[in-house]
Amino acid sequence: MMDTVVVPLLKIAVLLNAVLVAVTFLVLMERKVIAWAQSRLGPMRVGPYGILQAIADPIKLILKEDITPARADKYVFTLAPIMSLVPALVVFSVVPFGPDPFYYVSDINVGLLFVISVTSIGVYGIILGGWASNSKYPLLASLRASAQLISYEIAVTMTLVSVILTTGTLSLVGIVEAQREGGLWFAFVQPVALMLVFIGGLAETNRAPFDLPEAETELTGGFHTEYSGMRFSLFFLAEYANMIVISAVVVIMFFGGWLAPFPNVPALSFLGLVPAWIWFIGKIFLFLYVFIWIRATLPRYRYDQLMGLGWKVLIPIAIGNLVVTGILKVAL
Amino acid sequence: MADETRSQAGKDGADRQPAAGVAGSAAPAAKREAGKKSAAPAKAPAAAAKPRPKPKPKAPPEPPKAPEDQAPPDGMEIPAMVAALQNGVSGAVLKVSFWVGDWTVIVAPDRLLDVMRFLRDDAATAFDYCSDVTAADWPPREKRFDVVYCLYSTRLRQRIRVKVRVGEEDPVESVTGLWPAADWLEREVFDQFGVNIVNHPNLRRILMPEQWQGHPQRKDYPLEGPGELLMENPQDWLRVRNLPDEAGPGPAADGEIE
Amino acid sequence: MTLEAPRTSATQFDTDELVINMGPQHPSTHGVLRVVLKLDGERVIDADCVIGYIHRGIEKLSENRDWTQIILLTDRMDYVAAATNNLGYCQTVEKLMQIEVPRRARYIRTVLAELQRIASHCLWLGTHAMDIGAMTVLLYAFREREFVLDLFEEFCGARLTYNAMRIGGLPLDIPPGWDRKVLSFCDLMEGKLNDYETLLTNNRIWLKRTRGVGVIGGDEAIGLGLCGPPLRGSGVPRDVRKDEPYAAYDELEFNVPLGTRGDTYDRYLIRMDEFRESIRLIRQAVEGIPEGPIMGKVPRLIKPPAGETYHAIESPKGELGYFIVSDGKSTNPYRFRVRPPSFCNLQGLKRLVTGHLVADVVALIGTIDIVLGEVDR
Repeated sequence: MMDTVVVPLLKIAVLLNAVLVAVTFLVLMERKVIAWAQSRLGPMRVGPYGILQAIADPIKLILKEDITPARADKYVFTLAPIMSLVPALVVFSVVPFGPDPFYYVSDINVGLLFVISVTSIGVYGIILGGWASNSKYPLLASLRASAQLISYEIAVTMTLVSVILTTGTLSLVGIVEAQREGGLWFAFVQPVALMLVFIGGLAETNRAPFDLPEAETELTGGFHTEYSGMRFSLFFLAEYANMIVISAVVVIMFFGGWLAPFPNVPALSFLGLVPAWIWFIGKIFLFLYVFIWIRATLPRYRYDQLMGLGWKVLIPIAIGNLVVTGILKVAL
Repeated sequence: MADETRSQAGKDGADRQPAAGVAGSAAPAAKREAGKKSAAPAKAPAAAAKPRPKPKPKAPPEPPKAPEDQAPPDGMEIPAMVAALQNGVSGAVLKVSFWVGDWTVIVAPDRLLDVMRFLRDDAATAFDYCSDVTAADWPPREKRFDVVYCLYSTRLRQRIRVKVRVGEEDPVESVTGLWPAADWLEREVFDQFGVNIVNHPNLRRILMPEQWQGHPQRKDYPLEGPGELLMENPQDWLRVRNLPDEAGPGPAADGEIE
Repeated sequence: MTLEAPRTSATQFDTDELVINMGPQHPSTHGVLRVVLKLDGERVIDADCVIGYIHRGIEKLSENRDWTQIILLTDRMDYVAAATNNLGYCQTVEKLMQIEVPRRARYIRTVLAELQRIASHCLWLGTHAMDIGAMTVLLYAFREREFVLDLFEEFCGARLTYNAMRIGGLPLDIPPGWDRKVLSFCDLMEGKLNDYETLLTNNRIWLKRTRGVGVIGGDEAIGLGLCGPPLRGSGVPRDVRKDEPYAAYDELEFNVPLGTRGDTYDRYLIRMDEFRESIRLIRQAVEGIPEGPIMGKVPRLIKPPAGETYHAIESPKGELGYFIVSDGKSTNPYRFRVRPPSFCNLQGLKRLVTGHLVADVVALIGTIDIVLGEVDR
């Protein structure tokens, strides 16, 4: 009873809250990092250096009036943000923050498959949200989103298969363990796959330069144009939670998850003293920083160019990578 | 003239105020009936007993005259472009004018398209760029509008202005077929002046709303009036305003309106 | 959105065009421009611009103000390049009255006009890049624009609507030390331009978004009445500063950058080059400011003789023309007409966007650099 119900429930509660708090501070981080990139200060008024902005933002969003457009499909309109957020949070149930079972909710043997399939449900939230708004800009955006997510899903999944070929397991814990045993992070074994997953991840989370479904300057906010208040912030939470998920996947698959770097350099053995989960979260934030950095730097792709990049560049490379990995696996 | 409209409206109001005071003391009920909007005397019997002083008829100010089309000073050579036009389209150029360095040709309205086509296509003129199309309004004149085309040649680096004089109903051929640039410019001339431009592919208002009445750049367009009514319907307002006093309340009598 | 379109058969969809209203409230229509787009999927098959939302009747207003008061109204047209509007108006009246402007005033006017060009182009660059999604350039460009505004503030006390010129010259001489500040701004700006170019010029996404978008040939551009950078982007060597020199431009050296392809990228490159040419012009003009008076011989009561004229200058957006008729009797112009460059360039939008995608519409609105205050007047 204790082990099967209470402890997992406690873990889930802690994890859920941790993720939501992380998301609010991620928003603050994004605002701050972009501000520094643009030679300004960012939020400075709420709390020292604007740290409490992370709390002020959600409070503001919750207190705002929650409008449902008169001609919207009310149930779907309400359902959409929930459908968008829930999968992004569910994924965390298989993310291992450390080596012991204490650090993850569950370790299922098809962990990677679970991650891929659950995150793809999130796109329904965007499509339904855009459709249910009964408005033209959200409709265009949701069409863009569905096309974009489906095509990039293929590239990313195909690439992940080549990593699975190398490890022989779908379990996320197993993948990290394989990197520990091999003494080499997969970033160095599968550099092409890393690039593909990262670019595809940017596209899947609708982040710049692939933020077409919510391109503010074209579609006035995209699929969430008609949303306000808490429902809008659910979409917001979902986007940032997805960013964390993609970063976590990249870290687990290619950067050794919770492993400390340079385990074989004796002079740096003190790095192992740092707790594993701190390494994991630190690496995740490194990638989140890269996400934000890219947003501050690059212009946005156009819709047809984005599809072209997906189908004509990423998918062929992913297939090529898969074939080469397979041949090497058999040959060696 | 527009300035004059304003001063007259103001005067009317000032004249009427004392009259309203006299009428109001005798017929408060009538005043209440007249409502807030029109505080002018509404045919009260007392007002009939003491007719209000008629505003003195003012001598209409002399309407402004359009500047003469100054002919080029004696001995000045007519430039090649104008000479070519005079030879190429004979009889269409009514007058050639020169003022502060600008050449203007005044053209017969019915020959406008011929002239324009010649100006665009001839090698000596080559006016391939339509800088501007505009108009000026000189109301008492029978041909009240000057429609002005400012042309430029990007090859020969020269400018010319072409001017036609037309009345309110006279058709002016659209030059959109020669220069697509004239599309919006002619729409603006139509919108602001109500010049009758014909054969334009898409003649709609451009700066004013579709349902607007009147043409604001005309000199007889009222400069001020009773707010909303003027916004929506200046012609109606003008009509109401010009009615004789007995027929209805004068619009400028209320202080609110100012 | 009609979703219940009747189907003719089970397999055949009744496809319809999607009409979408871009604006008047839209983040990238640069003001209250409304573009009614007809879309086939995401491809634009027709576009119609609806303007006039901030029509204030500046022409009509000016016809009821006296000649000096109008300078103030011209500020309100292209409010990101107010000094250029002042310049064009004052020169037109000077032409009408045949007033000789002192050389010192002409030089200072040139400096102001070119500073204004830099400020206006900064705003264009920032918003154009922002529309395409490069958000950092916006902040960088606005940072440098602040310096120009500071210079203007020091010169005339205003930061946006300058009222910086008078008929016959200038209201004020330059403050002491101002010229040195202008020169040091030029040095600073040159370095910052390299920053912008690092972010954009060779950026592959930027190239993809701008290359081959909104291509228009030289002859067609002339016919459509495009002016300024959009016209020069198509390779037409047309610059009023060169062709019909005014102020001090005939005494200064500068090049007119020309494009070859006539696409959005060329128009971008041209404006980036114009930054540099402006800096070059400012340097020459500041160093060449002669001693002397700043006002010409102007009668106390400005009342041009009866007559009319059209005078054009090169504003940052293109050919800014004034057509003014004086009846010789009253103290206000009888007819005051502005030929707004943004208006004429916006007319070309329909031609540019047809056949492109929705995302290109914002890029093309950005590339023709409109200010709605000037379009609507």
